[in-house]
Amino acid sequence: MIDTLRLTAEEATRLLREREISSAELYAAYREAIDARDPELHCYLHVCDDDGGEGIPLAVKDVIGTKGIPTTAGSKILEGYLPVYDATVVERCKANGLRVLGKTNTDEFAMGSSTENSAYGPTRNPWNTSRVPGGSGGGSAAAVAAGLAPWALGSDTGGSIKQPAALCGNVGLRPTYGTVSRYGVVAFASSLDQVGPVARTVRDCALLYSILAGRDPCDSTTVDLPQPVALPERTDLTGVRVGVPVEFTDHEAIEPGVRDAVQAAIELARGLGAEVGECSLPRSLDYGLPCYYLIAPAEASSNLARYDGVRYGYRTANATDRLDMYKRTRDEGFGDEPKRRVLVGTYALSAGYYEAYYGQAQKVRTVLIREHAEAFERFDVLLTPTSPTVAFELGAKTADPIAMYLNDLLTIPSCMAGLPGLNVPAGLSDGLPVGVQLIGPQFSENTLFRVGHALETAIGFDPVPLPLRGGLLR
Amino acid sequence: MAIDREQLLHVAHLARLELRDDELERLGMQLNDIIDAVSKVSELDLSDVPPTSHPLDVVNVWAADEPRPCLTVEEALANAPEREGDYFKVPPGGAT
Amino acid sequence: MSSWEPVIGLEVHAHLKTRTKMFCRCELEYGAPENTHTCPVCLAHPGALPVPNERAIEYTIKLGLALGCEISSHAVFARKNYFYPDLPKGYQISQYEQPLCGRGAFSVPGPEGDHVIGITRAHLEEDAAKTVHAGGATGRSVGADYSLVDFNRGGTPLLEIVTEPDINSADDADRFLRLLRQTIVELGISDAEMEKGTLRADVNVSVRPRGEDGFRPRWELKNMNSFTFIRRGIEAAVREQVAAYERGESLEQSTYDYDPDTDRLTVHRSKEEADDYRYFPEPDLVPVEPPAALVERLRGELPELPGARIARLTPELGYEPAYELVSTRNEPKAAALVEHGVDWRTAANVAMNQLASITPLPENVAGLAEIVKARDGLDRAAYTAAFAASATSAFDAQVTLAQTVTSDESALEPAIDAVLAANPQQVETFLGGKEGVLGFLVGQVMKETAGKADPKVVNRLLREKLKAKV
Ligand SMILES: [Mg+2]
Ligand SMILES: [Zn+2]
Repeated sequence: MIDTLRLTAEEATRLLREREISSAELYAAYREAIDARDPELHCYLHVCDDDGGEGIPLAVKDVIGTKGIPTTAGSKILEGYLPVYDATVVERCKANGLRVLGKTNTDEFAMGSSTENSAYGPTRNPWNTSRVPGGSGGGSAAAVAAGLAPWALGSDTGGSIKQPAALCGNVGLRPTYGTVSRYGVVAFASSLDQVGPVARTVRDCALLYSILAGRDPCDSTTVDLPQPVALPERTDLTGVRVGVPVEFTDHEAIEPGVRDAVQAAIELARGLGAEVGECSLPRSLDYGLPCYYLIAPAEASSNLARYDGVRYGYRTANATDRLDMYKRTRDEGFGDEPKRRVLVGTYALSAGYYEAYYGQAQKVRTVLIREHAEAFERFDVLLTPTSPTVAFELGAKTADPIAMYLNDLLTIPSCMAGLPGLNVPAGLSDGLPVGVQLIGPQFSENTLFRVGHALETAIGFDPVPLPLRGGLLR
Repeated sequence: MAIDREQLLHVAHLARLELRDDELERLGMQLNDIIDAVSKVSELDLSDVPPTSHPLDVVNVWAADEPRPCLTVEEALANAPEREGDYFKVPPGGAT
Repeated sequence: MSSWEPVIGLEVHAHLKTRTKMFCRCELEYGAPENTHTCPVCLAHPGALPVPNERAIEYTIKLGLALGCEISSHAVFARKNYFYPDLPKGYQISQYEQPLCGRGAFSVPGPEGDHVIGITRAHLEEDAAKTVHAGGATGRSVGADYSLVDFNRGGTPLLEIVTEPDINSADDADRFLRLLRQTIVELGISDAEMEKGTLRADVNVSVRPRGEDGFRPRWELKNMNSFTFIRRGIEAAVREQVAAYERGESLEQSTYDYDPDTDRLTVHRSKEEADDYRYFPEPDLVPVEPPAALVERLRGELPELPGARIARLTPELGYEPAYELVSTRNEPKAAALVEHGVDWRTAANVAMNQLASITPLPENVAGLAEIVKARDGLDRAAYTAAFAASATSAFDAQVTLAQTVTSDESALEPAIDAVLAANPQQVETFLGGKEGVLGFLVGQVMKETAGKADPKVVNRLLREKLKAKV
């Protein structure tokens, strides 16, 4: 009997290697779990049939292109689109003995923090199905939490891996910008988008990252890792300097339950031998969000121009002329959030406004980079809450875009700086997971894995959602 | 108001979005809120700060001029909403 | 001279002669069946990313060096955003604030000396795909029933060269464009053929009263694809602008199409509806910082350029023949003869006439030069035949040089007398003042002597004898 709620990818690999289970049995176990629980959770937009292939199953966020497998990016405008090529990350996973289990739900074009912006309906949080799983990668995070996949690929622009991982109680890495190929990944904001792993343990997360990372000749913005990925072994933090940015722990938007769990994690780190100290990233917190909501929409406004109804995807019926085709195709094909961002981005780039908005935001970005670099002169890693809140009710923030944007307050600044960030579950608040965010300098993933693994081991977080323990829902 | 109706229509036209009246109303309000919020970046005097357009410090990435296989015509047109022969078919120009 | 001075600037686009496209490795093939040369990148499928073509970057730097441009130490690709079915991404990747090649100066030799045209910039971008307008009456966009798109050409590397408004006549524009074209072709970076669309130009034209500073609103003539139409388009624009100003009207900056059938300009788009391209740095690409070693290698590969060669030959030949010799690319043949002692004027003449479609074998050049130097004393038929033979191994200079003509006057006199006696009418004509008939009489003497006479001597003797008849 394969317990998909607890089986790690590392363990599954061993069982396959030692022929204790077969690929078919492994696939069937996840398929069974999906059939049982996904009708309620709606993690998947598409589940692949067993094609008789070998390997560990992998859930893939639906912004990542899969040859011959529907890829919609959660948008009506890509309904029915069948990619003619695999994203590089998918190619790499296949080449390393992984097989695509299905495509997971996402906010439309990865724009959102709750997965409620999917044109195909929301995903529910396995810890409490009246709550959101976070977003945009809510499908991947909820699937891993609910045992519907051993691990998954996510994509992170301003927190879309880290925040859902926090809200669903799993481990998610947003890698250093440029270490993972974006080729074949539906673009949202090119200077920010990064694909990364979502897993149940830090070691699984590191293992998947080692498969994903490295220069891709098809993506001009990728580089090779300066050192290979090291699977973390040690459980102490001797000699590690942990910085706590005060603004990120004291902010008024942070719920007390979250603050307490993060405080406990900080104390644990100290107990494991880390040197803990305070630092300050004032401008990152004050200006990170507005900076992000200029740069990301500006790039998005351009990246989403290709959805024009000419070569693939949705086209409006009975267009009278070309302009009519463009405008109605895009009006009918895009949901509200992409429209909002395309409008904001177009405005920020348009004649007369560029300098004040986009140009200024690029300078703020420099400020954020410098502020983080300064902190890393004293610390190896920064520790903050990942999300100011635990998972919130479905529908609670859908009418208020700005309230929704605030979910990414703490994840955005390091994304703007191109830095890696790891979410590690820190405990529960009111029965819902709380995550800590570990941020490091560029290419410091191995340090993040080491710290994450040590904390994870010490915290002993049980990643199985409360409602799924004891077979209640199985 | 950061952005009036006329500006909103202009921006929507640049972005090739047909906005229905109800959308104009709703998105227009939200857009104003968002633009107000992001205008916070102008508080900082950054005249001496260089812009960052990319977080990665890399230059000179290119590929040798060596052909690689193309898609077949059928692959290229497989997702086309409308085709004629081996061409993609689109409505006539009209006013752009 | 008109009291109005034309002010002309050019934007020239040339397809680079790479094997593959600018940002993907689809092979370029002119005239291939539609949509057979595409991939996710040039069809702008979701997730596809551009990777620049190394050779296209090198070609652009090479051209920049040939135009005397500053090569940027930090060039940045940008997105130019607009919607069109032949622009699959909804933006063109181009260069905007930081082009690969900055300011330069291109020297164009002319009849009154060199004319230096300022180069504003030269940058690298990608071409659009091809839209065919189908149905309707005109085959043009307006009035068509629908359009068809072929993405084979989409993404072809395109070099854009922008000049300063330093050109003041259609003639100068023509001379600049032809020399630029030849420079591009000789660098081996483009075929630059207007008929095939691998060379196109936008022409900006304004006029101002001579002596006036500053510029008046300009008209932009878009996508001109023939040297003749460019010249006529400029002339039409100047004519219409001058007429408008002289009627007391003022003009606005606009884009025009030139219709060669009617020789008229029609408004393409006026500035009020100008696009807002929302340029910003292309986040999918990193900057280009050409290494000094690369720039120096490319500089070392530059040949002596046609402009420099025309300038070098003008003192020998005069401007027109020098231009003619270089632009017909017969100059290497002339230079080979000069190396063996033929004077430039004669060598140029021979190269553009007798050798226009013949290339002598290298081992025959020295002998051919001797033949050219001895031409007046040689049998005409043998002399003429020598050029074709010089392209073959059957060539033997000594045989031709042995076929000399007679210049012995006493031996020629009987033939001359016979011709004069046989052609009394022509003699009358000559004596009546129409000396043009002399050529006919020379020809008759040459015939009489089976080509063995020295035509110079025949000419002189004929004149003497005719003069004596007065
Ligand atoms: Mg251009
Ligand atoms: Zn291609």
